Amino acid sequence: MSRQPRTEALEEITRARILVLDGAMGTEIQNLALTEEDFRGDLLAAHNNDLKGNNDLLSLTKPEAIQAIHAAFLDAGADVVTTNTFNATVMSQADYGTEHLVHDINVAAARIAVEAARAATTPERTRFAAGALGPTSKTASISPDVTDPGYRAITFDQLRDGYLQAARSLVEGGVDLLILETVFDTLNAKAAIFALEELFAELGFRLPLILSGTITDLSGRTLTGQTTEAFWNSVRHARPFAIGLNCSLGAEHMRPYVAELARVADTRISAYPNAGLPNEFGEYDETPEQTAAFLGEWAESGLVNILGGCCGTTPAHTSAIVAAVADVAPRDIPEMAPSLRLSGLEALEVRA
Amino acid sequence: MSGLFVNIGERTNVSGSAKFKKLIMEGDFDTALDVARQQVENGAQIIDINMDEGLLESEEAMVRFLNLIAAEPDISRVPVMIDSSRWSVIEAGLKCVQGKAVVNSISLKEGEESFIHQAELLRRYGAAVVVMAFDENGQAETEDQKVEICARAYKILTETVGIAPEDIIFDPNIFAVATGIEEHNDYGRAFIEATRRIKAQMPDVHVSGGLSNVSFSFRGNNRVREAMHSAFLYHAIRAGMDMGIVNAGQLTVYEDIPAELLEAVEDVLLNRRDDATERLLDIAETHRGDGSKKAEADLSWREGDVNARISHALVNGIGDFVEADVEEARLQAKRPLDVIEGPLMSGMNTVGDLFGAGKMFLPQVVKSARVMKKAVAVLIPYMEDEEDGTPSKAGKILMATVKGDVHDIGKNIVGVVLQCNNYDVIDLGVMVPVTQIIDTARKENVDIIGLSGLITPSLDEMCTVAAEMEREGLELPLLVGGATTSKLHTAVKVAPRYHGAAVHVPDASKAVGVVGNLLSDNRRQEYVATVRDSYQRIRDTHARGQQRDDRVPYTKARKNRLALDWSNYTPSRPSFLGLKAIEDFPLDGLEPLIDWTPFFRTWDLVGKYPRILEDKRIGEAARELLADARALLKRIVDEKWLSARGVIGFWPANVVRDDDIVLYEDDTRAARRDILHCLRQQMPREAGRANMSLADFIAPEESGVEDYIGAFAVSVGAEADDIARRYEEAHDDYNAIMVKALADRLAEAFAERMHQLVRTEHWGYAKGEAFDNEGLIAENYSGIRPAPGYPACPDHTEKGTLFKLLDAEARAGIKLTESYAMYPAASVSGLYFSHPESSYFGLGKIERDQIEDYAKRKRIAPEEAERWLAPNLAYEPQFPQESATL
Repeated sequence: MSRQPRTEALEEITRARILVLDGAMGTEIQNLALTEEDFRGDLLAAHNNDLKGNNDLLSLTKPEAIQAIHAAFLDAGADVVTTNTFNATVMSQADYGTEHLVHDINVAAARIAVEAARAATTPERTRFAAGALGPTSKTASISPDVTDPGYRAITFDQLRDGYLQAARSLVEGGVDLLILETVFDTLNAKAAIFALEELFAELGFRLPLILSGTITDLSGRTLTGQTTEAFWNSVRHARPFAIGLNCSLGAEHMRPYVAELARVADTRISAYPNAGLPNEFGEYDETPEQTAAFLGEWAESGLVNILGGCCGTTPAHTSAIVAAVADVAPRDIPEMAPSLRLSGLEALEVRA
Repeated sequence: MSGLFVNIGERTNVSGSAKFKKLIMEGDFDTALDVARQQVENGAQIIDINMDEGLLESEEAMVRFLNLIAAEPDISRVPVMIDSSRWSVIEAGLKCVQGKAVVNSISLKEGEESFIHQAELLRRYGAAVVVMAFDENGQAETEDQKVEICARAYKILTETVGIAPEDIIFDPNIFAVATGIEEHNDYGRAFIEATRRIKAQMPDVHVSGGLSNVSFSFRGNNRVREAMHSAFLYHAIRAGMDMGIVNAGQLTVYEDIPAELLEAVEDVLLNRRDDATERLLDIAETHRGDGSKKAEADLSWREGDVNARISHALVNGIGDFVEADVEEARLQAKRPLDVIEGPLMSGMNTVGDLFGAGKMFLPQVVKSARVMKKAVAVLIPYMEDEEDGTPSKAGKILMATVKGDVHDIGKNIVGVVLQCNNYDVIDLGVMVPVTQIIDTARKENVDIIGLSGLITPSLDEMCTVAAEMEREGLELPLLVGGATTSKLHTAVKVAPRYHGAAVHVPDASKAVGVVGNLLSDNRRQEYVATVRDSYQRIRDTHARGQQRDDRVPYTKARKNRLALDWSNYTPSRPSFLGLKAIEDFPLDGLEPLIDWTPFFRTWDLVGKYPRILEDKRIGEAARELLADARALLKRIVDEKWLSARGVIGFWPANVVRDDDIVLYEDDTRAARRDILHCLRQQMPREAGRANMSLADFIAPEESGVEDYIGAFAVSVGAEADDIARRYEEAHDDYNAIMVKALADRLAEAFAERMHQLVRTEHWGYAKGEAFDNEGLIAENYSGIRPAPGYPACPDHTEKGTLFKLLDAEARAGIKLTESYAMYPAASVSGLYFSHPESSYFGLGKIERDQIEDYAKRKRIAPEEAERWLAPNLAYEPQFPQESATL
């Protein structure tokens, strides 16, 4: 199946049922208890910096581990696996001195995910590979220097160039869709969107894009202070395949903000929370049944089109989610009256 | 339709504000931020930022200012308008804002190629855009030119570039009129008519403009300028202008423009006659000073000296001349402050005395406050230049409607009354969390905290605030007010949690006395001691009275239910099952259904309508208030300021286990959709009188009778807050409060009208019903519409089920707060019962046995049920510290 029919297949599936994304890559890798040598491989045996924890490198240095994680989530019933590229941008790899590998990491990660998805595809059921674009370790809206609130450690243009390189490499590796995830600074996301528009114009076609923000605490705002509706207003122009939330709160506390998005957004709604809030050891305790019960209720309440898991969710969580939503109809995408939808930290709607 | 007008702040513009320009040129960005903050606080919904100045590095200044704003949440909560004539400045700005901004502006001035290029980039940045009516040949001046250029730009933007129509804001150029140049005479009309045609041809776009240009010829004559602004806006908004750069201080109330001046102004603006300019110039002089040409009213008071005139204006709430009078007084005084502390304060003292003596009434006091604010606004610009320019205040009061509650009319009235009495009032608005209350109290060093709330769960929140104040070691007096609060509750539940003074304030007229006593060094001690004594007595009596309420066991109450004869009764089937949304319900026709009695009570005028109008003491105040209310209501209805929407629904239903109403998915009654849990009276009953529950009005499942239930949620309030805020910006608290009070009444009237339509059409069980409006208000019809949180079913949480059933948030735009208050406040919801025997009743107090059963049915902890039903408990809950409500 070439690109166009795959996009159509994705659209068709989301009309019929709830699409299920995979679970956590990071915590699964953690469970493998890999060593510094595993991360280095032969490629970076002589590298100057410590590399343990730079998970994205594993697509180059230990691809079989990543392949196995994708396979486990696909076996559990996920429709979509997400590339191991959360930090694969120059902005983030620079912290390890591995920014020269960004292109290779993205291409390799995309190929591993695409291969896994193809292997699990049957005539009855298509599986997909999504290219992940993370938030980067920098923020364009906040000054890291408390004495100078006007200072910025990174510019829009740097972010745009970095995202363009990463996204172009993911597409080169063959991904079916893109996920811009864990957005905590909407200005970073807007730079990514600008880059994607450039990329799509260059390619001559568009890829479906899932845009996923993160609410950092119970105030219900993003790290940079926006309400859920303001966030949506700020990124609507990307015309995303889906808008959603991931990570942070855990399902129980995320619900009102998913409901808020469902109220305001005229596109699909996605959500993939953490397995609850981390305990004092930083571990996630929520059982597959608990997560699936929360997510199942969202589905039954008609809030969502796409579900999955973030930090702490395992293949067992994925299969519990698949079972919980198998027979539940997806949310109908509402038609919204045309309104000027502006935002600062809060939304301002001006009806025509 | 929306009737809403978005006000764009213009002070952060170097070419529009000399002060801002000076600050930016000097690099004083901190103070420049204050200018932005002030605009947002004053109600600007968007702030326009412009750094176009020859001697400035504009790009750098734009980036620096936007980055600084991002660190100020009280400024960056609103969207920004990035304003520059240079594209490079605009693009630099777009790279700094995380929100969706507006770009001001682009145009076809340089031709299509650069227009398309810029628009493409705007689409990628995700910004809305102001498009000037400007092309290769220059600025559009005539109506046709304006429409043609806008239509051409529209086609390019939507078809070639793919910008959404709703992201386009046209600025068809407001130019000065009455300049003496004949070609300029049509500029006003051309803008208005072009706006009308643009909105007709391209209905999803917006139209904006800079208002102050239009009156440029009358610089120095503010009376005429204000009249021109208001009249122009009046017509332009009706034609479809929905955004604009408007200085609220340069507006007057359209209805208040003297007829002669209005006619002359409109002749000019609408180009209605050739000699319009000359005629306006002729009468402009007479309207410059005291406007002595005003005909009908008795103007003999105008002959007194300026202090007497100011006093008269304040006491009588007359705003027409006060600005000129204050200006005159300022010129005579040594410093502007002397005018405030002299004639203005003395006038307000008179108002305070008359109010205290019961010779003036609340609506009149609020009108006086409006005059006072107008007067002070004249003086403020002069006081900014002076050292030591702030008038001394009698004290600083923080006011807030507590978390979970959205009702603020009473609080706003108290705020205005306190301001009239020279108190500085910090109003934190509605749904205010306790941390914000305490932090602000500390930061602002206030003297008193005043809490307000209307629904019963707010009583609990007030106790939380008291406890937190105790924990944080505050000493300030705490005032408690609002419809469900009482002296009893304050004495028993609030005061014991806080060692400082906690005082209940029953209504606005008492607030001044209470505050005065608490802040007086001489009287404070004695007053607080008296209050403490009286609260102690209340607590003692209450403790003794606790055991008095005899209740019958819940099992017995259930046996004594209202047993209707179902064997001979066939419930009527609604005309449809499921939901029906009601959009844009016409407001006209609702006025006759308004129950005015509660409206008067809002203003502390107590008496039944219409008798109250003839009351010897308050009749005159009531008549005046009603006339003002009706005039404003007419504008609300004619100009569609508010929109009425809602949702109704019907489901098959039966009762199980006496008190649970089960709603089914469909006629098969196989699948349950949800359960409404009812509560039953437990007071001892004489023979023949039942222990009622709402469930008694629905057929029990075992009867085999197919019964139904309905529900509704309606609202008119979505826009009321914005309108009120705009009035506040214009220093008009009177109309700000009025518009909310009217929205409340319209929501009730709307609910009444929907109930009527339900009875005669949607459910249709009373097709032949015919009652006049008094009959409707007196509820002389068959069937009831009780609401959760009210006497028959006092548990507010049942509203959660109701809203889920109705999908009310999506379909009626009403949200529930954590305390189950409806937002917007002007909303009404409830259930529909059709049985002819169904009637309203009060639950009264209930016993622990029912609470335990109810909690089990609702699958909540008994303690939680006790908390929500605290006012209805016939016993002291086991953990009294957990249950703060009476």
